[in-house]
Amino acid sequence: MSHPSPSVHDHGTSHDAGHETMHAAHGSLRSYLTGFVLAAILTIIPFWLVMGHVIASPQTTILIVLGLAAVQIVVHMIYFLHLDTKSENGWNMLAFMFTVVLVVIVLGASIWVMYNENANMMPMSPQYIHHKQGA
Amino acid sequence: MNTVAIDTAPAEPRKFLCLEEAHPHNGTLLGFWLYLMSDCFIFASLFACNAVLGTSYAGGPSGHDVFDLTGLAVNTALLLISSVTFGFAMLEMARQRKRAMLGWLAVSGLLAAVFVGLEIHEFVTMIAEGAGPGRSAFLSSFFTLVGTHGLHVTVGILWLIVLMVQLGKHGLTEANRRRLFCLSMFWHFLDLVWIGVFSYVYLVGVLR
Repeated sequence: MSHPSPSVHDHGTSHDAGHETMHAAHGSLRSYLTGFVLAAILTIIPFWLVMGHVIASPQTTILIVLGLAAVQIVVHMIYFLHLDTKSENGWNMLAFMFTVVLVVIVLGASIWVMYNENANMMPMSPQYIHHKQGA
Repeated sequence: MNTVAIDTAPAEPRKFLCLEEAHPHNGTLLGFWLYLMSDCFIFASLFACNAVLGTSYAGGPSGHDVFDLTGLAVNTALLLISSVTFGFAMLEMARQRKRAMLGWLAVSGLLAAVFVGLEIHEFVTMIAEGAGPGRSAFLSSFFTLVGTHGLHVTVGILWLIVLMVQLGKHGLTEANRRRLFCLSMFWHFLDLVWIGVFSYVYLVGVLR
């Protein structure tokens, strides 16, 4: 359907049209270098934070490290994988969004459920054992 | 009797409005993208395992005891640079400069090979120290996740070698260009997964 006769399509033969799509799929030297610089900065900061013990609180450091990782993933998606809303008529983006939703559910639910399992089940406190024996 | 109803003349050839099957341009690239997204699920479930089991040390070593962050920084740099050099190879491909393209591909492959080598060295050292995958749930999930990523990179290197031979033999044909696009997506995708590995498994693993 998207391969109509050459007369209908301005690009001419399907070979040329395919070439056109491929041309759009790879970036420029500028985009690769921008991506590299951004990725390098976003990599160096978390290493520096953890190896240099910059922030006293581990919780704060963990949050910052995870936040920077999320930003770096977006940078890689844009500058290296060239993900945009136009490639493959938007199907790439749609599949990606679907994946993100499922990954968030898998990760979030696993951590949530298992955290509660641990919090409620794991510590066999002496009080609990005593209570069981008394019952 | 009505004899006119039967028409014995040969039927006119059927006309089809759509002579080709309906498919988008570069269906392969979209299909490969869908494969990568399904690979995301594999890694997501392994990350979930690591998130859940990451502190189950079973009295054994923790991340703080076994992780070598300097080595990790080297590995991260290798993979990132390899991703960029692969991008340079794609730019040379667009300019039809086969020799320069093969050069950049070789650089990318070598960087990835050093990455895999360092990772194997890390695994062997850890196992020798008694921190093997059987020691605790934390180490099982660590070896499974990082090992799966390393296996992907190894397969990527093999694919790269096969493709370089094909490019050398047949040149920049349409089919070879398509394959190279798929491999470049695979390559960048593995670098993307590595962001999660070094940030979450290693850096957060040292802190928690």
